[in-house]
Amino acid sequence: MSKELVIISGKGGTGKTTLTSSLAYLMKDKIIVDADADAANMYILMKPKVKYSEKFKGNPKAYIDPDKCTGCDICRKLCRFDAIDITDDGVYVVDEIKCDSCRLCEIACPEKAITMKDVFSGEWYESETEYGLFVHAKLYPGAENSGNLVTMVKHRAHILSEEKGIEYILVDGSPGIGCPVISTISGANFVIIVAEPTPAGLHDLERVKKLCDSFKVKSGVVVNKYDLNEEKTKQIEEFAKKEGIEVLGKIPFDKCVPDAIVNLEIPYAACDRIKNAIEQIYKRAMELL
Amino acid sequence: MKIAVTSGKGGTGKTTISLLLAYASENPQYIDCDAEEPNGHLFLKPKIEKRIPYTELVPKINEDICTFCGKCADACAYKALVVMGEPLKKVMFFDELCHSCGACAYVCPVEGALVEVEKQVGEIAIGKAGHIDFVMGQLNIGEASATQLIASLKRDYMDESKTVILDSPPGTSCTVVETIDGVDFVVLVTEPTPFGLSDLKLSVELVRDMGLPFGIIVNKHEDEKHLIEDYAKEENIEILYRLPFSEEFAKMYSKGSLPFEKYKNDFASVLKRIEEKL
Ligand code: SF4
Ligand code: SF4
Ligand code: SF4
Ligand code: SF4
Repeated sequence: MSKELVIISGKGGTGKTTLTSSLAYLMKDKIIVDADADAANMYILMKPKVKYSEKFKGNPKAYIDPDKCTGCDICRKLCRFDAIDITDDGVYVVDEIKCDSCRLCEIACPEKAITMKDVFSGEWYESETEYGLFVHAKLYPGAENSGNLVTMVKHRAHILSEEKGIEYILVDGSPGIGCPVISTISGANFVIIVAEPTPAGLHDLERVKKLCDSFKVKSGVVVNKYDLNEEKTKQIEEFAKKEGIEVLGKIPFDKCVPDAIVNLEIPYAACDRIKNAIEQIYKRAMELL
Repeated sequence: MKIAVTSGKGGTGKTTISLLLAYASENPQYIDCDAEEPNGHLFLKPKIEKRIPYTELVPKINEDICTFCGKCADACAYKALVVMGEPLKKVMFFDELCHSCGACAYVCPVEGALVEVEKQVGEIAIGKAGHIDFVMGQLNIGEASATQLIASLKRDYMDESKTVILDSPPGTSCTVVETIDGVDFVVLVTEPTPFGLSDLKLSVELVRDMGLPFGIIVNKHEDEKHLIEDYAKEENIEILYRLPFSEEFAKMYSKGSLPFEKYKNDFASVLKRIEEKL
């Protein structure tokens, strides 16, 4: 079994992709996974050559056959997701974006006018990059179920790693604490939580740390842009100490990082000021993995 | 007027822009719909007057009268119920999988065997921060989806006589759809980076799909970075405002404050511009 290193953050924009892409640069013998399906960004820096792609089915959505529907209104009253509308011409229709796929309307319709129809909710890709194989995906706007998509890209990466005898899987995870993150961290061998020294940063860190604990996954913290607010950084370090998680490293703020990204360069390769910190984080993470 | 502020992903300054807009309005209500990670209160520091538990319905089974027919489990599309018949006679319920759809209760043939009860999955806080009416939804950790909570925020707590600013969750998935559904205008916040542009395109696709009027605010704007400008021009989208990049701003933000007064006039004109467009 290959080992899985996952990078997550309590919130987007904390520099998660900066760190993941830099680790992708340093790490040998791995498959890179972009599991941030809602806002996939790694591909921009990885410049992938897509070798294979496939559409991904989401949960089936309700569909009302207008020829069978008598307009009894039962389905609309029962649907708790407000997904059934009546058009100006009095036709019953399902709003696919709102439909939660619960099937209650299908069960309840006395005319059997409702069936569940498959819809595609995204695409996933297998690509080659300068830094190794890359599995990534795109969710169509408004589509839900990114949790499933994350599970799928990770699964795909594990199959590939077995086939090719690759030792590590490096995952750029989803931010937040919702269902996609739960899918991202389940099965991980080690999770790096990227935190920013902001009031929200500490709060977000507490929440993801709890989440990792509840899934019994080992985790460590990286403070990004730590020198923007040294006091908050101290608070994060104190929190980590209290909770018994290691601070793997602190990355200084460097204007060079956003500039590197604008030029589509990997921050580690482009910015001297952050090199030391990232190397240290890399070494420590590999020891703990 | 209902304005939703959203961005392809987190950390682009969505909360900052929402708050600056709210502050600049004379009669604002700020609703933090980012129920997984609400942050607005950290900057507004509102006086919370009321905390209301937010509940959803989940099934409760009375095993004394249940016949273990299994109909409820068959109806549950999310596999939240497992029924074991003879000799075990047990119904197991996995509440973290339940979407509160009501299908199980609808199909149960035995009266009283399966009733729906309220379970607290989050909280709604209401208060005031200066002249800003403040509303925040917060989901308990481990609850899968905030969509219904956002629906409740909008249905039960929105004050339409005010200028309502809805601070949306990040991304382009169901929670964002719920937040922006039915608003008068959507503000898309972005940064002049390739990441920002990639996320912005997804958001634009979404708001266009939903047929909502929208405009862009560029955060951390720098004159020499044209990515967003070029895209907006090409797509014929108005850039409502450019908030310049400043290290001082970043430092202030990291200390939990924002230069509200400094930008008040600017954002008041943004609000006026939006009103004119409607
Ligand atoms: S329950 Fe069936 S027949 Fe009645 S309104 Fe809905 S689709 Fe039409
Ligand atoms: S499947 Fe469920 S959510 Fe979808 S329309 Fe029917 S009742 Fe509503
Ligand atoms: S449908 Fe009702 S009676 Fe049948 S197993 Fe479920 S709870 Fe029991
Ligand atoms: S309410 Fe819906 S999701 Fe929850 S257990 Fe019943 S059928 Fe399943």
